[in-house]
Amino acid sequence: MTDSAIAASAEATSVNRSYWRRNQRKLAPWLFLAPGIAMFLLYVIYPIVESMWLSFYDWDGLGAKAWIGLENYRELFDDDAFYTSLKNNILWLVLYMLAVPAGLFIALFLNQTVRGIRIYKSLFFFPFVISQVVVGLIFSWFYAPNFGLFYHLIEWLTGTGVAVLADDRYVTYGIIAAGLWPQIAYCMILYLTGLNNVSPDQIEAARLDGAKGWRMLWFVIVPQLRPATFIAVVVTVIGALRSFDLVSIMTDGGPYGSSRVLSFYMYEQALSEYGYRMGYGAAIAVVLFAIMMVFISGFIWKMVRDEQGG
Amino acid sequence: MQREDYQAMKPISKSAMLGIATAALMSSTAIAQQRTLNYYADFDPAPLAAFEAAIADFEAANPDIDVVLQNFDHEGYKTAIRNFLTADAPDLANWYAGNRMAPFVNSGQFMDISDVWAENGLDKSLGSALASMTIDGKQWGIPYTYYQWGIYYNKDAYKKAGVEVPATWDEFISNCAKFKAAGIDCVTTGTKALWPGAGIFDYLNMRTNGYEFHMDLTAGKVAWTDDRVKATFAEWAKLVEPGYVTANHAALEWQDAASLLVQGKAANYVMGNFAVAVFKDGGMTNDTLGFMPFPTINPDVPRAEEAPTDTVHIPAGAKNVADAKKFLAYLATADVQTKLNEALGQLPINSGSSVGDDPFLQAGFKLLSTTPGGIAQFFDRDAPAEMAKIGMEGFQEFMVKPDKVDSILARLEKARQRIYK
Repeated sequence: MTDSAIAASAEATSVNRSYWRRNQRKLAPWLFLAPGIAMFLLYVIYPIVESMWLSFYDWDGLGAKAWIGLENYRELFDDDAFYTSLKNNILWLVLYMLAVPAGLFIALFLNQTVRGIRIYKSLFFFPFVISQVVVGLIFSWFYAPNFGLFYHLIEWLTGTGVAVLADDRYVTYGIIAAGLWPQIAYCMILYLTGLNNVSPDQIEAARLDGAKGWRMLWFVIVPQLRPATFIAVVVTVIGALRSFDLVSIMTDGGPYGSSRVLSFYMYEQALSEYGYRMGYGAAIAVVLFAIMMVFISGFIWKMVRDEQGG
Repeated sequence: MQREDYQAMKPISKSAMLGIATAALMSSTAIAQQRTLNYYADFDPAPLAAFEAAIADFEAANPDIDVVLQNFDHEGYKTAIRNFLTADAPDLANWYAGNRMAPFVNSGQFMDISDVWAENGLDKSLGSALASMTIDGKQWGIPYTYYQWGIYYNKDAYKKAGVEVPATWDEFISNCAKFKAAGIDCVTTGTKALWPGAGIFDYLNMRTNGYEFHMDLTAGKVAWTDDRVKATFAEWAKLVEPGYVTANHAALEWQDAASLLVQGKAANYVMGNFAVAVFKDGGMTNDTLGFMPFPTINPDVPRAEEAPTDTVHIPAGAKNVADAKKFLAYLATADVQTKLNEALGQLPINSGSSVGDDPFLQAGFKLLSTTPGGIAQFFDRDAPAEMAKIGMEGFQEFMVKPDKVDSILARLEKARQRIYK
């Protein structure tokens, strides 16, 4: 082998190397991101596009798909069951928010140094640990006519018992109450960790300035809990919008469909025993997605702004 | 539900793989080859045992066939069948008669087995189920069992209220007033799962307007706002408006309502014969539990009954069609149906079969074999799935708010116009 040949090959590798070296910093992040991006595209973006595409078809999941354009949406906006579900979804969103202040107050209440406080804290956290299905079952028994504790309580107070889950006026409130039980525990734990980080100096200073009680809470403590509040609101909004399991366990959407929410209606139309209208189910999913997007973009916008600000 | 399916599917692939492995082993060692027949089913424990016995007999008679039964959870099966029919079809699959099999027939997922019917003369021996197995003039499966619906009643409750078992609807309603005075629910039901309410509707409609009208209604040929439908609901209102039906039935499972009947808090229950096991588990005996046909409303209408039929089909993707047909022909024979239904506690379809001496089975056999009007499958099998769901919600709402009958019927009519096109 001649010297020149060695030099040439060395030069070739150095050219190769230098391309890699030149662009290393630019390429490396993409290489590291690639597996994640691939998974995200395959399991998130592709199904979203596919659902939107499916919502323009009439399809029973077995036979041929028939293109019907916006017909599913036209039907949806003329469907009483859809409006019932939408109304219930809004009720869920609004009432579920009670979990945030309720969680804060329980956290404040438990944030003290008493003997055995850890046991109390974990007892309060317990509802979040058990499965939603179990929560649903417990509350169904609680409300059950003839033997439920709540039924007997109402009967004792008013003379006539109310079967919450059989009455279209109360059923959604009954299910939301069941959902709030674990959700409050979740918010409480978020606030308990937040309270650990409240700076004692500021409380000291506020105390010297004469702040106490509500003013202390509102102007000194709560502002310092902002990160915890943000997360609590996010998980509560998401929890409210995906409130499927409790509805399914406690009432199956009944009585006569009055406790449906959008996610449950979508399941019923697309996948349940009496459903298999894939296109119509997809159209409901798209509407639910649009509603979620409002919140998600809000959260993302806030996070980006915070990051840039900080 | 998805997770259940996954768990249920898992052993299949394993056993299938094992099957392939053994098949490969056998062919290589050149021993007499056994053909596999894959059968997917959704049996409860007692029926499962009965079927396993029947399969063992079949294998003994056909030593070259190995039937591999894969049992699914009952509810999960309804979802799973849509996946396995298209993805990895077995050679035999359980399903139901009537309109319930129409989606699979129309999408070409079930095989036409008219030849099995013709070769074995099944149009005679299984004659009572011929209509419910026929779509487009062809037969799509083999029925092996059905059971009657009717009114099960607590004899002690009748004694306590001092009333006689009624023969007509008017007598039934006037009994109800006496039951109410005695603090007993005249009719109990639990409509949380919706379908128990549909049994009441089916009977009221068949007794008021007859079998043909009921079939036309479930087939979407008659408007729900028709005066004849309103007449049915008017009969129903006689029961609902005075409060003769168990309160809060929308929050009750059908078993909860059954326990009200067992405890004597309710007198009558419109139910299928499968409920007898639940009543007897609760402590009722042949001395305290009674059965009567649904009473006559319009004497000019021939009596029709409700008897949901369970069936076995060959999927279009079946690999071993010849042996599958052999199994279906075996399943249709009088002896096999006698044995199966003895264990199932239900009624055989084959007219040559004999029925066990259980009084409720005997009553059901007499009821169904003498039905002049026709045999309906059940609302959620006669009507297409979507209409069934909306309809049953309407029935439930009516039994809570009878005054909203007009808006309920208008809603059902709107759904009918969309669904049947």
